[in-house]
Amino acid sequence: MSLLQLENLSVTFGKFKAVNNISYKVEEGEVLGIVGESGSGKSVSSLSIMGLIDFPGKVEADKLSFNGQDLLNMPEKQRRKLTGSEIAMIFQDPMTSLNPCFTVGYQIIEALKTHQGGSKKELNARAVELLNQVGIPAPETRLSAYPHQLSGGMSQRVMIAMAIACNPKLLIADEPTTALDVTIQAQIIDLLIDLQRQKQMGLVLITHDLALVAEVAHRVIVMYAGQIVESGPAAEVFSTPKHPYTQALLKSLPESSVGQSRLDALSGVVPGVYDRPAGCLLSPRCPYATDLCRSTEPETQGTLDRQVKCHTPLDVEGRPAA
Amino acid sequence: MARWGNWSYLLGTDDVGRDILSRLIHGARLSIAVGIISVTFSLFMGILLGLTAGYCKGMIDTTIMRIVDIMLAMPSLLLAIAIVAILGPSIINAALAISIVSLPHYVRLTRAATMAEMSRDYVTSSRVIGASPLRLMFICILPNCLAPLIVQATLGFSTAILDMAALGFLGLGAQPPTPEWGSMLADALQFVQRAWWVVTFPGLMILITVLAFNLMGDGLRDALDPKLKQ
Amino acid sequence: MSNTNKNLVLKGTELRQHYVVSQGFFKEDALVKAVDGISFELERGKTLAVVGESGCGKSTLGRMLTMIETPTSGELDYKGQNLLTLSKSEQMALRQRIQIIFQNPYGSLNPRKKIGDILEEPLVINTKLTKAERKQKALAIMSKVGLKTEHYDRYPHMFSGGQRQRIAIARGLMLDPNVIVADEPVSALDVSVQAQVLNLMMDLQEEFGLSYVFISHDLSVVEHIADEVMVMYLGKVVEQGPKEHIFANPKHPYTLALMSSTPQLSPDKRRKRIKLQGELPSPLNPPSGCAFHGRCSFANDRCKTETPLLRREGEQLIACHAVEEQRMDLEEALA
Repeated sequence: MSLLQLENLSVTFGKFKAVNNISYKVEEGEVLGIVGESGSGKSVSSLSIMGLIDFPGKVEADKLSFNGQDLLNMPEKQRRKLTGSEIAMIFQDPMTSLNPCFTVGYQIIEALKTHQGGSKKELNARAVELLNQVGIPAPETRLSAYPHQLSGGMSQRVMIAMAIACNPKLLIADEPTTALDVTIQAQIIDLLIDLQRQKQMGLVLITHDLALVAEVAHRVIVMYAGQIVESGPAAEVFSTPKHPYTQALLKSLPESSVGQSRLDALSGVVPGVYDRPAGCLLSPRCPYATDLCRSTEPETQGTLDRQVKCHTPLDVEGRPAA
Repeated sequence: MARWGNWSYLLGTDDVGRDILSRLIHGARLSIAVGIISVTFSLFMGILLGLTAGYCKGMIDTTIMRIVDIMLAMPSLLLAIAIVAILGPSIINAALAISIVSLPHYVRLTRAATMAEMSRDYVTSSRVIGASPLRLMFICILPNCLAPLIVQATLGFSTAILDMAALGFLGLGAQPPTPEWGSMLADALQFVQRAWWVVTFPGLMILITVLAFNLMGDGLRDALDPKLKQ
Repeated sequence: MSNTNKNLVLKGTELRQHYVVSQGFFKEDALVKAVDGISFELERGKTLAVVGESGCGKSTLGRMLTMIETPTSGELDYKGQNLLTLSKSEQMALRQRIQIIFQNPYGSLNPRKKIGDILEEPLVINTKLTKAERKQKALAIMSKVGLKTEHYDRYPHMFSGGQRQRIAIARGLMLDPNVIVADEPVSALDVSVQAQVLNLMMDLQEEFGLSYVFISHDLSVVEHIADEVMVMYLGKVVEQGPKEHIFANPKHPYTLALMSSTPQLSPDKRRKRIKLQGELPSPLNPPSGCAFHGRCSFANDRCKTETPLLRREGEQLIACHAVEEQRMDLEEALA
């Protein structure tokens, strides 16, 4: 049984499908990377798992189960209890994720109180322990610090501490390092991976940074305009991408064009709310698009272990199948 | 004697037997004029001072803002009375006094919006291009600060009419028997239990006018916002 | 100048920008050295990349070069003329030649103006061209950066991030500049769009012979576009030199750490991470000696007391005692 399983999850805002029929699963102790450009629906899909999609957004799915429990038909109260304790999430901007009016200690203890309870002394000790775990120096004194006194990296560490406070089985990290500097990013990612290994959590790492995913993820999902275009083991997807979009993304990274004067850029932009093309959503930008691609939406081929949504998936050589 | 409406006096008459409808129609000139004069003047001065304060920062900012704070600290009616007393009682002077009293709100609002916009990159890039301070202030920054100012201006309109009534009541604004909505409202307050119409209709007129200006302000704001144009 | 280099466009000598920060009634005012003694030379058609983390002073440097801020001290020469000693009107004329592109394309365009007006504003201010001539020029530049004629009458909010950055680039080009300071021009863009914009910038560089000062934190982008690289830490240059040398043979511990922290796509290119302890120290209270010593695994007592100076080491300029004393064992650090 998978830790988290999604089948045909869609999130719609009015007529706009932000996430369109995606299916994936996360195993225990696995790092799943979700990559995509802005507007690809990668954040929305994770928010829907957390039950954080507000009106007018609508979440539909054939199946959305966590650890064997059906999240969709669960009473609201029970679901709230589950998210936050067993499923936790950290967000992109650590500076705005913490309430500036309260001390760090107060906020951590508050989170602990809601889910675990205990005496004041115990909670305090637990908070110190948590800060210690996420590598914050002098945790006792940091408890009384206000968020503005912390740097971005420190704030993100506090966010992580709050997320792991209840020993979650699944941690969703939505662009956890995008707002941070490279050296701090490395520290935070190392920390996340260490914690993940220690606690054997499932970790969903949402990011636009392909190289980052390549370094740490076991499996990867590539999203484009609300759809999963490709998924599979990270090493495989990055070495022999089957979808033209994955291939193009990889090629457009500067490090793939070392020695070349120009980068291999994918032309055009991600389609917006009102200008989604018929057929395959990538067809206007895809170098291999055929008439079939422009008229008919491709089916998802393969199993959940390695899926690709393309009429003519690429072969090992990176050329479309005939 | 106040009398409820009949075919000769559609909205009734007031305590001395004057037709309320006629007085309302005639008073519209004055009240709307007072509203427009005081709002325009305070908006104009407020934008000027607020932009200068927000743009220049430093000593100029501090000076302007302290003066504004002093004005805010005084009871507004008292300040208005003092100003009218200095300028001499007349409707125009009263309107001016009202606009000076409401000035601080506009200054503060403009300054806050200006300072927020100043830190945006498009202002910096205009500076790199070589735009003069005046161009930056009025062509670059001001249009982006208008939305809250328009709302404040439409709301200020009703305050102006009511303040005018207060001044009139003290003999510093419109003098009886000149009909003016605010003073009609203020004068008739004592009869409110016996003759509801003497208070209701002037009140309704002010309400409708303010509502109309508010809607106009909303429309203006939307019309000026390119994001809402397709 | 004795050795005049004809291709030299922009030259900074010992540029400094110090701010006085008041810390309230009872504390003394602090002096923040945002940029502290930076020198560089930029030739025509070349790209100087300034690399560093947030707070290292790279953006302040960019603002000084475009004269948004006046340096506290130092010299800034544009084609042999010291920009800082010129009169206001002469400055006005020369500053047209140095333009800037900002990181956030959503904030850098006036939301109340049409694209046409945004592009023509520089011409309105600085030239006496007629309306028709201005429009002609705007349309010409728009086609150069890959915008269509019909975009002329649209407002910024109708464009995506990548297109807005094209508009920003177009505005930068309106006054025929020689130098463009690009402050993180692609950081806010998606990967595929980032490649488009970088290509565009390189095309324009070739066509107009532009020189770029490319400010970025992304080493992989810098490796692609730069000729000369300058790595900054807390207002100072720690390593400076030709791109090939810096990337093939980085020497300063901070440069090494930066490179090893950057995620790499291909497994064989991945370096062993040099884990940096702690974070960038506060510029309000910079460490004594070498600013990096608190995070550096090669630091010794000398690093804590004596500020290292930039020294030539092969092709590069490096400010590090450990490199100078050759007590840095790279094999060990990277093993």
